[in-house]
Amino acid sequence: MTSVQNKNIDNLLRELTDPEIPVLSIMDMGIVREVEANGKDLFIKITPTYSGCPAMDTIATDIKLKMDAAGYNTTVKLVLSPAWTTDWITENGRKELEKYGIAAPLDETSDKHALIDGKRIVKCTNCGSTNTKMVSQFGSTACKALFQCEDCLEPFDYFKCLK
Amino acid sequence: MLGDNSMILGHRLSELCGHGPSLETDIALTNISLDLFGQVRSYFQYAAEMKGGEATEDSIAFLRFDRDYRNVILVEQPNTDFAHVIGRQFLYDAFHLPLLEQLMKSNDEMIAAVAAKSIKESRYHLRFSSSWVKRLGDGTEESHNRMQAAMNHLFPFVSELFRETPIEKEMATLGIGADLKMIREVFDEKIKAVFAEATLEIPQNPPRQTNGKTGIHTEQMGFILAELQYMQRAYPNMQW
Repeated sequence: MTSVQNKNIDNLLRELTDPEIPVLSIMDMGIVREVEANGKDLFIKITPTYSGCPAMDTIATDIKLKMDAAGYNTTVKLVLSPAWTTDWITENGRKELEKYGIAAPLDETSDKHALIDGKRIVKCTNCGSTNTKMVSQFGSTACKALFQCEDCLEPFDYFKCLK
Repeated sequence: MLGDNSMILGHRLSELCGHGPSLETDIALTNISLDLFGQVRSYFQYAAEMKGGEATEDSIAFLRFDRDYRNVILVEQPNTDFAHVIGRQFLYDAFHLPLLEQLMKSNDEMIAAVAAKSIKESRYHLRFSSSWVKRLGDGTEESHNRMQAAMNHLFPFVSELFRETPIEKEMATLGIGADLKMIREVFDEKIKAVFAEATLEIPQNPPRQTNGKTGIHTEQMGFILAELQYMQRAYPNMQW
């Protein structure tokens, strides 16, 4: 695959987002594991964030539609191993999440402190205060927990650390 | 067996969608249900692939007869009250987690991959269910009594989890399945620790001789399948 073509594919994939988090491209999400082009034949491997994530089927279809429309003959395959971790969310992805109002995952130890010991370390995406408390370990989707800021009272999602 | 356990438990939890006692628990239980169904899909897609022919994940999920389902009786138990829901979840999670830990080392690559994926989710499930067992057990007199009553009802179904069927034995020998004896040790320890913290007594009533794993189910199963299968039976091959 030539580097020009490579970049082209990359850019196209970058335009696709997770339907649940429309600011985050699937590339920044770290779910595209392998892209292989052989002429016009394109093989793309993606991995689910959570096994029951209903967005996966949509994402797979989105990829196929987009790439086929760009003239490729695309096969999308779901791979389970190695299992996705929040470490694969890119730096840019984390920034986009925060801008959107979802606190990005902390490292594993801090995550446990926040979710189990109730430590106030998750930063409010609205005012930046860490005076926040967990409302629910499970949020609007399986990958998030629900938090509320005690200073500005804003409720927000926290993307749980998954290792 | 694995897939059926996750599916029937997932279905029981899905019945609570919009009916949980509070918004947070409602979301949590349905999220757990979703995780379980995600695992089911992985298992059934794999099963369909191995079965070949016209088998699909949907035909395996929806078009079998009750005797063909291999789930344990514990997961069929109804959502009597919140204590029963939590008790059932906790007992299953405490079994499921060490089971997945072993399956991650399975000789079968696909099983190992599904286990490695599922275990991350199951840790959350156990964290949620055990914290509620403690909260209810060590809560008010009413919540304590209800949690104890739920455990008294559910505990006799635990022994089935560890009673090895010939298939499980064969799978363990081949290095594909898990060694139930080792899981039992981890399970017992977890139960002891959580029950102590929850000020609950480990029920001593005798185990029931249930055989869900060989396809012999309770009367609950018919009702569950009637709801689960209705769409596929009424509108064959329908798709979302």
